[in-house]
Amino acid sequence: MRVTFTVNGRPQEADDVWEGESLLYVLRERLGLPGSKNACEQGECGSCTVRLDGVPVCACLVAAGQAEGREVGTVEGLADHAARRAGGTSADRARQWRPDPADTVELAPVQRAFIDAGAVQCGFCTPGLLVAADELLEHNPDPSDADIREALSGNLCRCTGYEKILDAVRLAAARAAEGD
Amino acid sequence: MRITRTPAGLTQGSRTKGGIGESTLRPDGTLKVTGEFAYASDLWHEDMLWGFTLRSPHAHARIRSVDVSQALATPGVHAVMTHDDLPAATRYGLEIQDTPVLADGVVRHHGEPVALVAADHPETARRAAAKILVDYEQLPVVTDEESATAPGAPVLHPGRSDHHAGHVPHPNIVHRQPIVRGDAAAAKARTDVIVTGEYEMGMQDQAFLGPESGLAVPADDGGVDLYIATQWLHADLRQIAPVLGLPEEKVRMTLSGVGGAFGGREDLSMQAHACLLALHTGKPVKIVYNRFESFFGHVHRHPAKLRYEHGATRDGKLSYVKARIVLDGGAYASSSPAVVGNAASLSVGPYVVDDVDIEAVALYTNNPPCGAMRGFGAVQACFAYEAQMDKLAAELDLDPVEFRRRNAMSQGAVMPTGQVVDSPAPVAELLRCVKAMPLPPERQWETAGGSPDVRALPGGLSNTTHGEGVVRGVGYAVGIKNVGFSEGFDDYSTARVRLETVAGEPVATVHTAMAEVGQGGVTVHAQIARTELGVARVTIQPADTRVGSAGSTSASRQTYVTGGAVKHACEAVREKVFGLGRERFGSHHPAWATAELLLEGGKVTTDGGEVLASLADVLDGESVEAELEWRHRPTEPFDLRTGQGFGHVQYSFAAHRAVVEVDTELGLVKVVELACAQDVGKALNPLSVTGQIQGGTTQGLGLAVMEEIVVDPATAKVRNPSFTDYLIPTILDTPAIPVDILELADEHAPYGLRGIGEAPTLSSTPAVVAAIRQATGLPLRRVPVRPEHLTGT
Repeated sequence: MRVTFTVNGRPQEADDVWEGESLLYVLRERLGLPGSKNACEQGECGSCTVRLDGVPVCACLVAAGQAEGREVGTVEGLADHAARRAGGTSADRARQWRPDPADTVELAPVQRAFIDAGAVQCGFCTPGLLVAADELLEHNPDPSDADIREALSGNLCRCTGYEKILDAVRLAAARAAEGD
Repeated sequence: MRITRTPAGLTQGSRTKGGIGESTLRPDGTLKVTGEFAYASDLWHEDMLWGFTLRSPHAHARIRSVDVSQALATPGVHAVMTHDDLPAATRYGLEIQDTPVLADGVVRHHGEPVALVAADHPETARRAAAKILVDYEQLPVVTDEESATAPGAPVLHPGRSDHHAGHVPHPNIVHRQPIVRGDAAAAKARTDVIVTGEYEMGMQDQAFLGPESGLAVPADDGGVDLYIATQWLHADLRQIAPVLGLPEEKVRMTLSGVGGAFGGREDLSMQAHACLLALHTGKPVKIVYNRFESFFGHVHRHPAKLRYEHGATRDGKLSYVKARIVLDGGAYASSSPAVVGNAASLSVGPYVVDDVDIEAVALYTNNPPCGAMRGFGAVQACFAYEAQMDKLAAELDLDPVEFRRRNAMSQGAVMPTGQVVDSPAPVAELLRCVKAMPLPPERQWETAGGSPDVRALPGGLSNTTHGEGVVRGVGYAVGIKNVGFSEGFDDYSTARVRLETVAGEPVATVHTAMAEVGQGGVTVHAQIARTELGVARVTIQPADTRVGSAGSTSASRQTYVTGGAVKHACEAVREKVFGLGRERFGSHHPAWATAELLLEGGKVTTDGGEVLASLADVLDGESVEAELEWRHRPTEPFDLRTGQGFGHVQYSFAAHRAVVEVDTELGLVKVVELACAQDVGKALNPLSVTGQIQGGTTQGLGLAVMEEIVVDPATAKVRNPSFTDYLIPTILDTPAIPVDILELADEHAPYGLRGIGEAPTLSSTPAVVAAIRQATGLPLRRVPVRPEHLTGT
């Protein structure tokens, strides 16, 4: 079958999709967007978290056909999404400038915070956590620790013990508040 | 609080920004947060096929026949391979080559690979594999020491010829290591208080998030290029090449992005399988396990049964320790012999005891194979000896920390192996550190409004009361872990470092085969190069087999050994640069010959700070390169009868204090805080060090209260191969983890550093269980602690 939907604001079309394929498989293997991760493919780990019409979902549990005509947001589109939401160059984005060319990639504030706080180790959980954390900060710009824990409880991380992930979300929230 | 006692002079070289000791950020961080970092499971190749592995549904069975015809006839299927199709060596293994590449007439554990399929879609491969007809004749299973060594027990590996076969008491025992020192029987006669205990640890899974995966691409020269997630490229290579019947130079390996490891990638998983299919079909083949398969695709932490007897005098001094540790190695040896060596030699913990009588064994059973996992034999022992220390303290009416302090080892202490601990061993200090941290407030679920915040209660939003039956407990534990490969292993790393000018700016390039699995070795290598070469820009080359072995990313060894190799290669480059400088400019300034020279800020300077030349002028378009192997000081094997020997190169220590709240009615535990203090020798990157400690601590928490691969004792089949039923801590299960870092230099190690990755995984588990015991008064001899252990139901 053919599936037509929007990914990170761009129209996409996938052909020869087998009915059993998940949205995750189509993103990774047919659209060349492997950022959403395949840690469990059982809906337990959250590493494939994407936004489907704005709502965080496990892409491994969404049949590709269910995405027909809908909007999908993945980690690859996070920086653009944050920029559109901010409606221009934020203080945080301005601060992101680095002289090293490897570091001049446009990042969403939550992405920058994950790097700065040491929340990334192996990084396999990171894309899903970023999508979930960005969604949290979108509707709750000043989350308590309990809020953060609740919002990220569907995302497993095996490396960090979560402390630095909490730090990163707090940091992103604090920077956003400072930039207001 | 931070105590820094690094002796002067250990840190050579310059003080360039971004060097060692700073929390520089990961060089791969940007790629990892944008989703562009290429993990092994993200790889793609034109015309690529997908491989799938058919696995045994039985734990022990004879294979009467295999019929692949229906699978082969499936449209889209390019190849099906069984044992009969293997071109060369049919077995492999880290130490003992006892593991079949594909089952050879017998399967010895649930999930053992039987056949391979390559097809144009993963689902086609999966469905074709289901059409392979295997006729099994089930055989009786052995699942524990009793059944494995009973008269008439099936011998799983008849005709063993490995180097442990001669000294084990039964062919179903992989290895046995006694440690005998002093006279435990005589010491017992002088003892006031004796406590005994039997302890049990379930099978823990590494549960790295990035599944086993790789891409094998056949090459025109008859060889193969393998892009792979692993912990040790060259150990894989040594095992894969004979299976393919190829010389090692025709198997070229490149490290892909690795989504965690924790020991679970030390053994081969799909490496040889993907290469076999690629060479068989002439097409690139990718294999990616899903989570279900991953639980069968790698070895686990050895479950253990431990029997301990401790004696102490009335004044609170340990007089003797007797212990017997039985580790279940499962169907194949993997790294069981080394795990036995660790469990035995570290069985007493970081305490001074002159008289010990220890025996550790690993079994062959039909349970899933077990091998390396973070902590490697020391985790099992630590759970038991720390429970014993609490029991003894209670018998002696002493505070558990005070009792430990009275027996804590320090530098100069003698291990049960006779080895003198010849670098700092701040055991008492670490306990003091965690004890001194402020305790978290009690009853944090109570709110000003009156209705409790149930999120702060055991059980969280569901399964929870309003705190009526909740009691608090505090527990302590401390552990000792060896660093590096032990028992005489030639443990070395190779590093190649180049210094050149690019667009007028000096750039260092570091090339090693070190597997970056998330630990941050790439960050540290760049820091070392900046420190030693005084340049701002460092490029880390991808890890591959075009450079010599970097050893394994395990045993907490990479910063020590590959870091040491990078440091020494940088020093060699630096000397060459000074040589070039003397050649070119020596006649211009006498300091070239007389002064101590430094490389700093892209310039050659004297130690007095006088600039002699810029690096660009010295290099003058040339590049300077050095490649070398670096070894830590040698160790020696443990005597097979007494266990005596200089077996470990370095020891690493951490202590934990756990604060738990237990809902005694529901049998639920909430760990409220898990404080850790660790001596790291020298924190090359404090941010990464803290991350390692917090991550290791959390894996210990998981082992304490939730993580276990449940194996049916009657069938030896795995019952919970999913993240639905094998639970690892979520962010809700994981408490605040305050970390106290000590930096007491080990003068034998580069920069005085100490390997850090594993120690925090040891004491975390016993500290949590000690806290639960204190809260409930229950003896709790087994981990993970389950609700029924707490409610007695």
